[in-house]
Amino acid sequence: MKRILVSLVLMTSLLASFACERRGGIGGDSNVGVIRVGYYGDLSGRTSNFGVSTKNGVMMAADEINKAGGINGRQIEILSEDDEGRPEKAATVVTKLIDQDKVIALLGEVASGNSLAAAPKAQASHVPMISPSSTNPAVTAVGDYIFRVCFIDPFQGEVMAKFAANTLKAKKAAIMQDFNAPYSRGLTEFFEASFVKLGGQIVTKQSYTQGDRDYKGQLTSIRSLNPDVIYVPGYYGEVGVIAKQAKQLGITQPLLGGDGWDAPQLWELGGDALNGDYISNHYSVEDPSPAIQKFVNDFKGRYKIVPDALAALGYDAMRVLADAIKRGGTTEGPKLRDAIAATKDFAGVTGVISINGERNAVKPAVVLKLQDGKYIYQETIKP
Amino acid sequence: MDTFVQQIINGLTVGAIYALIALGYTMVYGILRLINFAHGDVYMVGAFIGYYLAFALGFATGPSLIGLGVVLIGSMIASALVGMAIERFAYRPLRKYARMTTLITAIGVSLLIENLFVAKLGAAPRAFPQLLREQSYTLFGNAAISKSQILIFGVSVVLMLLLQWVIFKTKVGTAMRAVSFNLNSAKLMGINTNMIISFTFALGSALAAAAGVLTAQYNPQIDPLMGIITGLKAFVAAVLGGIGNIPGAVLGGLLIGIAETFVVGYGQNVGIPTTYRDAVAFAILILVLLFRPTGLLGSTVQEKV
Repeated sequence: MKRILVSLVLMTSLLASFACERRGGIGGDSNVGVIRVGYYGDLSGRTSNFGVSTKNGVMMAADEINKAGGINGRQIEILSEDDEGRPEKAATVVTKLIDQDKVIALLGEVASGNSLAAAPKAQASHVPMISPSSTNPAVTAVGDYIFRVCFIDPFQGEVMAKFAANTLKAKKAAIMQDFNAPYSRGLTEFFEASFVKLGGQIVTKQSYTQGDRDYKGQLTSIRSLNPDVIYVPGYYGEVGVIAKQAKQLGITQPLLGGDGWDAPQLWELGGDALNGDYISNHYSVEDPSPAIQKFVNDFKGRYKIVPDALAALGYDAMRVLADAIKRGGTTEGPKLRDAIAATKDFAGVTGVISINGERNAVKPAVVLKLQDGKYIYQETIKP
Repeated sequence: MDTFVQQIINGLTVGAIYALIALGYTMVYGILRLINFAHGDVYMVGAFIGYYLAFALGFATGPSLIGLGVVLIGSMIASALVGMAIERFAYRPLRKYARMTTLITAIGVSLLIENLFVAKLGAAPRAFPQLLREQSYTLFGNAAISKSQILIFGVSVVLMLLLQWVIFKTKVGTAMRAVSFNLNSAKLMGINTNMIISFTFALGSALAAAAGVLTAQYNPQIDPLMGIITGLKAFVAAVLGGIGNIPGAVLGGLLIGIAETFVVGYGQNVGIPTTYRDAVAFAILILVLLFRPTGLLGSTVQEKV
């Protein structure tokens, strides 16, 4: 009996000390001191080009804001976590960022599947999360604390369908989708719907999964049906190889893709085989507007590489968040949430950002042509 | 018709890679009755050694046949040493214990290699430098064969013939067969069994490394986890052909490769989704084991009581 009593006392005191720690922790919400923002992304996994690039954009924006005196006099600190591109890891690191590091807001992820895994925690903890570039509609549908600063897949799929049907005059399209990626399946669905509405026909839908070594089986089937274009809404790692194997089979029709293609490594894998293909994307580095050129030059000066769309979106996500903190004058979850939701006509690098009722950004998309390692601007398609 | 021929070519290409790896599984099993689960990772190590060799020796800048030959042979030699080291340090100390101990160690070695590579190099796929000037040759109609496919067929056939020669025509090959027949009797006959086992691991690992470098010419994406599924399927191929049986491993590899490609190419016409590719390989395994437990070419071994 005595032993039980002692252990009870011990347990209570232990719990009490935890409780104290929680209350006394940093960022336990005051409106002074450093603003801690969490970033999570794939920094070492299969899609690490995405995570690293986005982080570069986020860091550059944060440094610029800090140099200009911070937000209402407060400096920003970015706490970065690597989720290795795995949904289960994304959920874990976000839990750490929220519970342990007490961040006031989250930036991430790129891949929709990872954002979907992390969003419920942010929603439950009332910590606003802004995804720079997850385009699957389901991401912001998780709850009213989840935002994004990019367009969504129904629009991106429609853009490519319009471009294929109107500009390329395609009548028959084949689709090759990454079966396990919500991103790819979403785009497939929306491309198909729009393309059929515009009078086109989908002759076949083939699938692959990330990490496959050989795509010639699917490509041979596609070749036998002789489509005008082949829509491959996948991620760069697989797409580069698909383009290469398609050319080996003598497929000359253009491949069409989405923003998931945009990474420097695409060219290492695909090389010349990518020439003549088209992608939809968030912005074009060739855009002559002064704001974009300033961003591109600053980024080049800092990282010695051309910023891809993900870097630009990371940059915009950080600035939208900073703008909301400034307008709301607080970092408290619910009030910050309202301030982000009220973002209107924010001049971002990737276009003018207004957050709509579904917490998505309403923005135009650009279509780019791939040629010798460059993305050549074709046209802008408005929502 | 040309689509059908094309799918056969695609299937044989993938199958040849499986066959090369399956040979390593089957040889080690033949001698030690051990499923070397780290073998798929040796294939990955082979591809990475090739990758670093190509950069270190300056062949990464452009296509060159000499470069390809040097990288291929260099990677085979280095991987043979890796295979021997795995045997020497992980399996040999455990040889006197129950077979299950070594099997579990093999799984441990496999995980160790994979995660060591992920920790040191990252899981992001890398682009293997193209050492072959890629070109396609039209056979008839639409059916085409690419240079990398010809390379895979050519090198695999040469390696398999070489292996056959080593096993049946050389002294060390005779010793290998003796050890696989009965390890203890072989030892009593004065055969240095440790040396022979080491040699078997070296041979198998060299073949796996060749598969790694060849597959990287066909699909330049290499990553530390590429050996898991490929290794597993090569293992299925070895069991399908009859584990311990060398022609069986080749036959099994080619069959799995063709079956997979046909699922992807024609599955949709009969209502099997493309994503069932891997499931089909394993379904074949289960069926074969149900009706022919020793595999297609495996012989029934009488268990003495």
